[in-house]
This record gives sequence, structure tokens and C-alpha cells, in this order.
Amino acid sequence: MRLQISTQLAIFAILELAARDGQQVSVADIGEKYSVSSHHLAKVMHVMGRAGLVRSARGAGGGYQFVGNARRTTLLDVVQRFEDMSSIDQHPGVADATAEGQALRQVLSEIDDIARATLGSITIATMRKLVERHGAGGGRRPKPVSSRQRDRSPS
Amino acid sequence: MRAADMPEVIALDTRVTKLAKADYWDDIYRRFGNHRSHERFFLVAENHTDQAASRLLGFIIGEVRAWEFGSTPCGWVFALSVEPDLRLRGTGSALIEAISHEFRKAGISKMRTMVARDAQLPSLFFRSEGMMAGPYIQLEKDLD
Repeated sequence: MRLQISTQLAIFAILELAARDGQQVSVADIGEKYSVSSHHLAKVMHVMGRAGLVRSARGAGGGYQFVGNARRTTLLDVVQRFEDMSSIDQHPGVADATAEGQALRQVLSEIDDIARATLGSITIATMRKLVERHGAGGGRRPKPVSSRQRDRSPS
Repeated sequence: MRAADMPEVIALDTRVTKLAKADYWDDIYRRFGNHRSHERFFLVAENHTDQAASRLLGFIIGEVRAWEFGSTPCGWVFALSVEPDLRLRGTGSALIEAISHEFRKAGISKMRTMVARDAQLPSLFFRSEGMMAGPYIQLEKDLD
């Protein structure tokens, strides 16, 4: 399974914010770690803000904050904001009327179901544990904006 | 696990699964409770502090299985239940840790379980315990 860049950035951003436990983090700091423009990341954060996963604060000390429940918010909750995660059953195929087309749809539907079940069973909190196991805790980590007192708009 | 725990175990399972299965529990007790083994584990978590709460907080059952499906010996967890009103307090994690300890003592370094694809709560729990998809795929077919 491949995820769009925006989807991957959304997951990375949520993981960074969740690790900061309520602190505000700017898109510039997150973008710096993942080598992506603030402009691109701001668009991603806007989508997540509309989904109620993050909250923004403008002005000095502003930035984004994770407002979901890390033990209940799953990767699927994030991914489906950017990807079409609906079942193949909801999309017509080129040969649905044939036995071959139906057989192929059955196999593809199985793959879709497994992908959704996997993403839907891994929470942000579980992902944080995985990140720690991979040793990413020692990697580059954005600093909370509040400690830098910069006047930066989140968008 | 003691014989005296069985009524509470069965009552908890019946409340959670909405299925009474007396024969199953008789068999489980005969194989896992009454007949202790260094490769079969039936562990219970008990409440010793809150007198008002149920004494049994939860249970876990598992055993070492070897060479089935071409697998080297591993510890299978095939039942885990926690009192619904007492979840999110670490009981499930404690049960997993306890049976992991027993598996390690038996020389086992891999633990497995199986979860229904649409059973989100158990999936979330086992994932939070660090369990990932293993190298096997469960296959089935309808028998006409």
C-alpha cells in the first residue's frame, strides 16, 4: 500500500504533536524535521483541523496542538482524510458483469479489508511506542514554539 | 487459577461474549486448570483492594504450541477477558505481562494470538501491547 505525501505528512505531524502532549508546535519546525515546505504542511494541518484532530493558535507561541485521544485515534482516522479508503465494492469495475471481474473484485476487496483493519487497529499512542522502538526519539525533534517565542502564523 | 475461580471466569466470559458455553469451560478447566503444566497457562487477575468491586478482574489463557502450520514453538494466547467496567486500568497489560513471563520461563520467545478483523477493541489492545501482524495468513472456506 502506498500513501500520498500529504497523508504521510499528516501522520508524521500528528505523531510530533502527540509527543508534545498539548504543547504548540509550528509547521515550520515539523517541516524542518521532514524536509517539507511549511506551505505544504499548512494545507495538511488545515485538513486535520477541520477533522477536529488538531487545533491552531496564532501569534506569539502559536502553532498546532493535537486535541484527539491518542489511545483512540487510529491511523485510519488520519489516513481517510486524505485517501479513498472506501471498499472496492463501492466503485464499479470494468468487468463487473463477468465471473472474472467478480473474482478479481473478491480478491481486491480482501486486500482492502485487511488494509482498513490494520490502519484501524493502530492508534497514535501505539505508533508513538513503535517510533520509540525504532529509536526515532534520538532523531531530530521539533522544538515547542512556546520556548522560542516567535510570532508565526500557523498557516 | 483455582477451581473456585471458575464460576467467576465463566460468568465474566458469558457477560462479555453473550454466549454460555459450559462444555467448553469444562474442557478448558480439565486441560488448563485441573491439570497444571509448564506449557499451559490459565492466569487470573484478582482485586485485593476494592472490597465493593468484583474479586475477579480478568483472565488469560494460553499455551505453548509447536510445529503446527510449520511453526517453531510459540506461545498462543487464545482467551483474554477483563471485566468491562474495570478496563483501561492496566489489568489486560498485567495479564499479558504475566503470561509473557510464563512463556519466557518455558523457553519461548514468540507470542501469538488471533483477532477478528472487525473486532476493533481487542485489536487496539493487542496492538498497544506491541503485537504486529505475523508471518501467517488465516484462510478458510465455506463447506457446502
